[in-house]
Amino acid sequence: MTILGVPTQALFGQLLIGLINGAFYALLSLGLSVIFGLLNIINFTHGAQYMMGAFVAYFLLQWAGLGYWWALLIAPVVVGITGIVLERTMLKRLYQLDHLYGLLLTFGFALIIQGLFRHEYGSSGLPYSMPRELAGGQNLGFMFLPNYRAWVIVFSLAVCLTTWYVIERTRLGSYLRAATENPALVQAFGINVPRMITLTYGFGVGLAALAGVLAAPIYQVNPLMGADLIIVVFAVVVIGGLGSIMGSIVTGFALGVVEGFTKVFYPEASNTVIFVIMALVLLVRPSGLFGRAS
Amino acid sequence: MTATANEYVGAAAPAETGVPIPQVVAFGVMTTILVAAPFLVYPVFLMKALCFALFACAFNLLIGYVGLLSFGHAAFLGAAGYGAAHSAKAWGFPPELAILFGTAVAAALGVVIGALAIRSKGIYFANITLAFAQMVYFFSVQAGFTGGEDGIQSVPRGTLLGVLNLNETLTLYFVVLAIFLAGFLLIYRAIHSPFGQVLKAIRENEPRAVSLGYRAERYKLLAFVLSATFAGLAGATKALVFQLASLTDVHWTMSGEVVLMTLLGGLGTVFGPVVGAFIVMALENYLSQLGAWVTVVQGVIFVVCVLTFRRGVIGELGNLLRKSL
Repeated sequence: MTILGVPTQALFGQLLIGLINGAFYALLSLGLSVIFGLLNIINFTHGAQYMMGAFVAYFLLQWAGLGYWWALLIAPVVVGITGIVLERTMLKRLYQLDHLYGLLLTFGFALIIQGLFRHEYGSSGLPYSMPRELAGGQNLGFMFLPNYRAWVIVFSLAVCLTTWYVIERTRLGSYLRAATENPALVQAFGINVPRMITLTYGFGVGLAALAGVLAAPIYQVNPLMGADLIIVVFAVVVIGGLGSIMGSIVTGFALGVVEGFTKVFYPEASNTVIFVIMALVLLVRPSGLFGRAS
Repeated sequence: MTATANEYVGAAAPAETGVPIPQVVAFGVMTTILVAAPFLVYPVFLMKALCFALFACAFNLLIGYVGLLSFGHAAFLGAAGYGAAHSAKAWGFPPELAILFGTAVAAALGVVIGALAIRSKGIYFANITLAFAQMVYFFSVQAGFTGGEDGIQSVPRGTLLGVLNLNETLTLYFVVLAIFLAGFLLIYRAIHSPFGQVLKAIRENEPRAVSLGYRAERYKLLAFVLSATFAGLAGATKALVFQLASLTDVHWTMSGEVVLMTLLGGLGTVFGPVVGAFIVMALENYLSQLGAWVTVVQGVIFVVCVLTFRRGVIGELGNLLRKSL
């Protein structure tokens, strides 16, 4: 069976890979957007924190014998706490300055973290086996769907939508959105804005680490796994519109799928298609698809 | 959370026109050191540092005087390198034409990327330039003539203007020095011209500059293209010096490195980028056996500079002497 001259097997295969990549784009750009909304900082360390999430999962298994499910719970908390320390000790000193200094500081941290891990573990990947419960797969008739991949898509979608719900539909989220608009006024109402900023940064970093744990069984655990990925995610964020929660989720998944299909129909462009889309979006809507015009 | 007048990127830029005496003296000192240096230090290292110094000066033109942080300047360095290397090797261009051709490639790329990127500011601008540079990177990985992972190797240096044999190291060094000084002075001239003053006005208050009748977009685009062109001149020269054009020069880590050099030397200072480039090159030279530690050290410098040392080496020195350098 073929569609547009391409075997359906290959088409659905790439669609699945696209959705998997999209799940990671969505989780990472969601974290970036949440952080950007409140801190006005592009968190360049995000890729390194994603990588740390995968490494924490690896350490938990090697040193403590704690498996995948524990890692899914513990790694985001551990990496989130390192993020909170970073915010409390350094990032918060830069809020009065040009936001570009925040970018430069987090870039410096990305270099330090990636350099240290590369020094310790080299550039080749460490294997991380997938949980036994999710081994195997389903034969859907037109394609074979590995259970673990289906889990990654469903789980990340659930996390994204929960985050969206909390921020857009609950009281806590309304404080957050208010602080994004006017921190001074929200502070005057008796809400501890600095603490909120710290926790938001920790949460965004935790999302990156969560994505790292999800990625560990699919890709290998590698010190540079986040280095190039994060630049694609930056483009995703620009396309979706910085600071837009739903925008990041939708654009993340959509671009993953677009990239997957490009691999089928015009493989030469699969690495650049997201950047080309970004250029086109910028021409038409400089503030991104879901961004508000500034 | 708005930036205060003295605390945003590039605020150290001097406001006066004309050539202040301290800068003339500093230029004299710099030139003297650079003329004497090849007899004391390994010339190939010096040439590498000079190319990066010019690259950093070009980058500084944009961040220091327009307030735009480009995170994609590697695209211009690398594209010009490929242009020069390919034209010299495959088409047999003499070195002067190869360098011109490489620089023109970077300038053309600057027009395209600049036209799209200058519509945005601040963090958006940084992100967008980074993404475009990544596009150039992936193009370089796949295009046939770039040689992919191998790059373009053993590029002929040739004879400059049919007279100067560039295979002699000292001759090559003084040609590179001449290119660097020419680029440095041209950038200096651009910054201290009425054009440069308008750029600063746009940086300080864009709506006001627009209301005074300046077409801010055009000035910004011109500054972007100038910056890309000089970055290209550095890249084309570098390709001939090392007889190599490779993916390293197009990778985003190179864009990060030029930010580091300029930040360390002093954003918006005249001599800062040069000093920063020499320090970073020297560090890389000494730390090269340590592998991944180079990245760690660069990261630490970034963090220290941003937290405590925002004026950079030359900025702090200028502040100490109460002169703008």
